[in-house]
Amino acid sequence: MNLAGKRFWIGLCLLTAVTTVQATPKKAAGKLEKRATSTRAAISTDKLRIGYLSQEKTKPANLPFFLSQPADEGIQGARLGIADNNTTGRFTRQGFELKEILLPAEADAISAFKQLVAEGYRHILVRLPGESIAALAKLPEAGQILIYNLGSRDDRLRGETCSANLLHLLPSRAMQADALVQYLNKKRWHKVFLVTGPDDGDRLYAAAVKRAATHFGVKIVEEKPWRHDFDERRTPEAEIPVFTQGVDYDVLVVADEAGSFGDLFAYRTWQPRPVAGTSGLVPSGWHFTLEQWGALQLQNRFRDQARRWMTEEDYAGWLAVRAVGEAASRTRSTDFDKLKTFMLGDQFALAGFKGVPLSFRPWDGQMRQPILLATERSLVAVAPIEGFLHPKSELDTLGYDQLETPCHANK
Amino acid sequence: MKTLPALALVAACALGQPARADTLYVTLEKDNALAVVDGMSGKLTKTVKIGKRPRGIVLGKDGKQIYVAASDDDTILVIDTATLKVTAKLPSDKDPETFVMDPKGEFLYVSNEDDNRVTVINIAERKAVKQIPVGVEPEGVAVSPDGQWLISTSETTNMVHWINRATLEIVDNTLVDPRPRSVQFTADGKQLWVSSEIAGNLSVFDVETKQLVKKIGFKIPGITQEKIQPVGIRIDRERRYAYVALGPSNRVAIIDAQKLETIDYYLVGQRVWNLEFSPDEKRLYTANGVSNDISIIDLAQHEVVKSVAVGHYPWGIAVKP
Repeated sequence: MNLAGKRFWIGLCLLTAVTTVQATPKKAAGKLEKRATSTRAAISTDKLRIGYLSQEKTKPANLPFFLSQPADEGIQGARLGIADNNTTGRFTRQGFELKEILLPAEADAISAFKQLVAEGYRHILVRLPGESIAALAKLPEAGQILIYNLGSRDDRLRGETCSANLLHLLPSRAMQADALVQYLNKKRWHKVFLVTGPDDGDRLYAAAVKRAATHFGVKIVEEKPWRHDFDERRTPEAEIPVFTQGVDYDVLVVADEAGSFGDLFAYRTWQPRPVAGTSGLVPSGWHFTLEQWGALQLQNRFRDQARRWMTEEDYAGWLAVRAVGEAASRTRSTDFDKLKTFMLGDQFALAGFKGVPLSFRPWDGQMRQPILLATERSLVAVAPIEGFLHPKSELDTLGYDQLETPCHANK
Repeated sequence: MKTLPALALVAACALGQPARADTLYVTLEKDNALAVVDGMSGKLTKTVKIGKRPRGIVLGKDGKQIYVAASDDDTILVIDTATLKVTAKLPSDKDPETFVMDPKGEFLYVSNEDDNRVTVINIAERKAVKQIPVGVEPEGVAVSPDGQWLISTSETTNMVHWINRATLEIVDNTLVDPRPRSVQFTADGKQLWVSSEIAGNLSVFDVETKQLVKKIGFKIPGITQEKIQPVGIRIDRERRYAYVALGPSNRVAIIDAQKLETIDYYLVGQRVWNLEFSPDEKRLYTANGVSNDISIIDLAQHEVVKSVAVGHYPWGIAVKP
């Protein structure tokens, strides 16, 4: 696409963004306005504007016809966070606004980001691929900005290519894998058969599982790549038994982030074995089956607003906006530096409906949080699994701990 | 030989004091039922189906009625304590959870968790007379002993809202530590105690100045701080001791209510949330959600004397003399 074309797209998107900005608070504030009439009108309200930048994802080629992601994933969570912040803001005289920019797949995220910065946005949520986020974070314009990652689980973004201006609300692959492997260890399923898909993400997922295996005493007894060089989807009943034959293992862990083949394994393996990883028992930051710790309230609030269940990316969006809101109400300020210092400090404790206070790891900006292990319709366990101890916080048994982080941006 | 005099003493004490019976009513969140337990013997005497997801429970001033929030029926049930029949339903609006009664027994103040509101119900008229907008996920409610203040805590906004009970307007808001759950006035009305579930502590405020007096923390050997999640609070009438339920740590903290220091812990059932004294304040009853029982603590003997299986997810307890 040529430059003019790009501009056109961004222009168009900014335009739609403006209209959604107006529409969203109205919808969210519909209830609030009604309620606000009974309290005194705000005398003066500090405004805090949050930017949201996302890009349409290209659909993986092999995706089964019935699988599709909601188009408004992530943004719905951020909108709910804004509504929650504004309910609190009526008492603290702070108002929160969200500017939503939803780019088509081929648009240029960098210019859209620069535009947001030029308009004065300093808290920007991004639901973009890891490479785009790494590039944004290194821009000179991003120096005095906080970027909230809702799009990438890449451990390199929290490691080798990390930046001091980057916060991660989505759990990393290492956190997912550590949570899963802690559970395998608890179940004494020590022998893992690892199946890795062809995508980069699949290889990174598999690498995270291998790293977790060495940490938590589980053995990868077999590793096989899944190739799309035969039409296995037409005859999985024939292919999967052959593929899994001749290996002595306890559990099959599949690394298929796109969901193009992983679901074929359950009930078709040569031996009767459970499936986990990206299919079967799946580790993630949020799941609609969670009702403990007041989570049911959040699930209900979200469902009322979005007319669907909250996903992990929605939850990450909600966390990001709530983190800003929490810092603003605690510091009684909307000042960027004050918020940043507070958010990354020891006093920061966000209630995220997972039973423990959530906070940011100062070494890599990752939000420490429990990981839910769930099958399609059942919550099986919540990691950290009991018994995996840590001198500071058991949440730090998930993902890269301070001593092993390759991130040196914050030192 | 040594135990004999002790036993005799206990027997003498038991005989010497008029053994006042008390009846416990326990809401069972997942059984849609109410369990009735004899407090002295610790016997489960009856279980009755009442309404969907019963949680908050309050005894009427004359002891003839109990009020139960049936959260999934969006109502407060009025239940006759003698017949255990539902005699009326009060308009609480959506998802009522915790609620309190004013000192005269005229009004109920109900937290509507999903709607960020407190609903005020006139009991005699069976009417909702006002809805007060508060922060996100209102939870704890309390009325000061002199009737002046209505307090509401909101769990996600992390605030204590000070509501003038005469005008039903919010006059002040105090930020507290994450996820405030329960709120309780001391009997003299001078202090307000607030538990913060996620921060794992308790904040004591001076009511007159609305200033923080002290934060009280908890430390239990062998239990991670993350498991210490304070919820229900009971403070005795003389403000000598207070008791705080610590959720999944399965403990109830004993607090010196004068020095505002934690003294010790009782080990009770799993995920203890709400507490209630016996009328003479000699025993404390705890609702243990996950182990499906209540614990009976003898406060004079400093001992958990009994646990009584009551049904699924006991949430709250009301005690009738």
